[in-house]
Amino acid sequence: MEKRRILRALICFLGLLLLAGLLFCLSLMSGSSRIAPGTVFDILTGQQTDAAAFRIITDIRLPRTLSALILGGGLSVSGFLLQSFFRNPIAGPFVLGISSGAKLTVALLMIAALQRGFVMHSGMMIAAAFVGAVLCMLTVLLFSGKVKNMAQLVIAGVMIGYICNALTDLAVTFADDANIVNLHNWSKGSFSGADWQDIRAMAVLVLISLAGAFLLSKPIGAYQLGESYAENMGVNIRVFRLLLILLSSALSACVTAFAGPVSFVGIAVPHLMKGLFGTAKPLILIPAAFLGGGVFCMGCDLIARTLFAPQELSVSTVTAVFGAPVVIFMMLHRAKERSIS
Amino acid sequence: MSDAVLQTNALSAGYSRRVIVDGLTFSVSAGKICTLIGPNGAGKSTVLKTIAAQLPVLSGTVALCGDDLSTLHEKDVARRISVLLTQKITAERMTCGDVAETGRYPYTGTLGILSAEDKRIVHEAMELVGAAHLYDTDFRQISDGQRQCVMLARAIAQQPKIMLLDEPTSFLDIGHKLQILSLLRQLAKERQIAVIQSLHELDLAQKFSDTVICIRSGKAERIGTPEEIFSGDYIASLYEIENGTYDPRFGAAEPAAAQGDPEVFVIGGGGAGIPVYRRLHRMGIPFAAGVLHENDVEYPAAKALASVVIPEKAFEPVSEDAVSRAMSVMQRCREVICCTEYFGEMNKGNLRLKEYASVHFPSPRCCENEGADL
Repeated sequence: MEKRRILRALICFLGLLLLAGLLFCLSLMSGSSRIAPGTVFDILTGQQTDAAAFRIITDIRLPRTLSALILGGGLSVSGFLLQSFFRNPIAGPFVLGISSGAKLTVALLMIAALQRGFVMHSGMMIAAAFVGAVLCMLTVLLFSGKVKNMAQLVIAGVMIGYICNALTDLAVTFADDANIVNLHNWSKGSFSGADWQDIRAMAVLVLISLAGAFLLSKPIGAYQLGESYAENMGVNIRVFRLLLILLSSALSACVTAFAGPVSFVGIAVPHLMKGLFGTAKPLILIPAAFLGGGVFCMGCDLIARTLFAPQELSVSTVTAVFGAPVVIFMMLHRAKERSIS
Repeated sequence: MSDAVLQTNALSAGYSRRVIVDGLTFSVSAGKICTLIGPNGAGKSTVLKTIAAQLPVLSGTVALCGDDLSTLHEKDVARRISVLLTQKITAERMTCGDVAETGRYPYTGTLGILSAEDKRIVHEAMELVGAAHLYDTDFRQISDGQRQCVMLARAIAQQPKIMLLDEPTSFLDIGHKLQILSLLRQLAKERQIAVIQSLHELDLAQKFSDTVICIRSGKAERIGTPEEIFSGDYIASLYEIENGTYDPRFGAAEPAAAQGDPEVFVIGGGGAGIPVYRRLHRMGIPFAAGVLHENDVEYPAAKALASVVIPEKAFEPVSEDAVSRAMSVMQRCREVICCTEYFGEMNKGNLRLKEYASVHFPSPRCCENEGADL
């Protein structure tokens, strides 16, 4: 059994890596101008062949694909952390309103920047998103202390999300109209528009958070049995909860700052990975969720920009189409399991 | 008490300044089982949670193996105490082996990877509780009884000095109840673990405990051996039993007797009358029972269920006085049921009662025709 489990995990990781590689190459090749695989390879290895193709790859497609990979992975890990924290299978940064909170603060910062005429850099965006995410997380926590019911918690989160979205819309309505289009596009969720400075910032932040989450996998595993048992195993609950809040907020803040709110990745991907790997052990699931989230988002982004090219869909549209059925399936499946046991 | 593994001194337990149990001083030695009993809501769980360091000690002290709880690191507490709680765990995609393996948590490294030795300990624990065959089964697909066994294996794998169990047998069938409690006794003895548990099954608490602590209205009302606690009417007063009786000698709870003058007279003895008493009681018919020796097996049931019992001293022949009192009660009844065929030397008086009944009542029934309407 133990050997079979390890084998299964290895095969799944290998499969995910292959899929990630495949989607990565496909993303670089496809778009308004098709670039042959050979050319892509030459550009990536530094043998410059075609100046126009080089610009397309390095300035547009590579950053976009990388940000889908990194942010998708971060979003999915954030979802896994929140699900473990709230012991609620449909918790996620989007459902609990954390993404919307981050979006609100980033939008306010953007509008302020437009009006005052200062240039924003990625650090400010992340900081603003982080503040919004933590504020929303704390509000949800305040509710979670009061409500014992999982459904009520999700409803509270969804309502917080609506309030934040309404406030964002309000702010946008009264902002200078010249740049609203830009803001509007971002607020729907998109992996485009990142430059190399952004990529560096998001990579550092997401990878650090990921490492932090990975190091927390032991207490997360203990916490899956419930708070009391975790406490009896020697977990310092207060420190653990604080770390988990900070990590999941940092991850969802980073994603929101660069890509806007992207729905369903946080719920659907961890669940898919649990099914694929046949376990909920954080030691396996945290890297799996990262890789799976990256694959999922690269795939969805590819669809978003190629399906009705040159017209581009918002990535949330695509993630919802693929993610929502997973959530529905999961709830039906859980109801069935509960009736068995 | 130098060999006390657990020692509390004037302990106050409760939630955020609200004291629930106060002034609790007791100790448990290695290899002994200490059971908390008392009404619902008395604070048994609160005491257990406080000892397990899940609730802050409000005042007083708790010492584990001689060290004060407040000075111990979380990990040290985890290596000394393991718990089995009432709350059900929602183990998503975990096998029973996975659940039991979490018991090794305080012994593993940063990433929580189990060594071969850790695995051996978990396997041994699973075997001990008879759940080794469930190792690879999903935890959600097994029965409540099996689940409790796996949780016990988890607690054993933690290799504690003290085990705290909150109502470990609630919701289990009688077979699993006995299995769990027998395992605890075996563990306590063989591994010199101090066991502290709360139980609602008084009969089992009496049989499986070395010390019993009775928690009521915020105090440890009594602490003693089962023989001291389960005697007289104390249990009835501890639980404020009003609608019935509790016989601590047999652990038998009986409902209150039907009120009113007896309508049926039952001549019983040797246990043959018990089914008749139960039937009459279920139908709400007040009845009289006699003449019963005080050491007769059915005497406690008759005492609890009948509105009138005509007793006779143990080992004495049924006296003339008892027979005449029985006759006078019988005269006021509308029916007589005789449950016994055999009348020995000591209860010849009951034979006279039967003969008296066959003269004065048209058809005294025998309890052989159990299906008959009473």
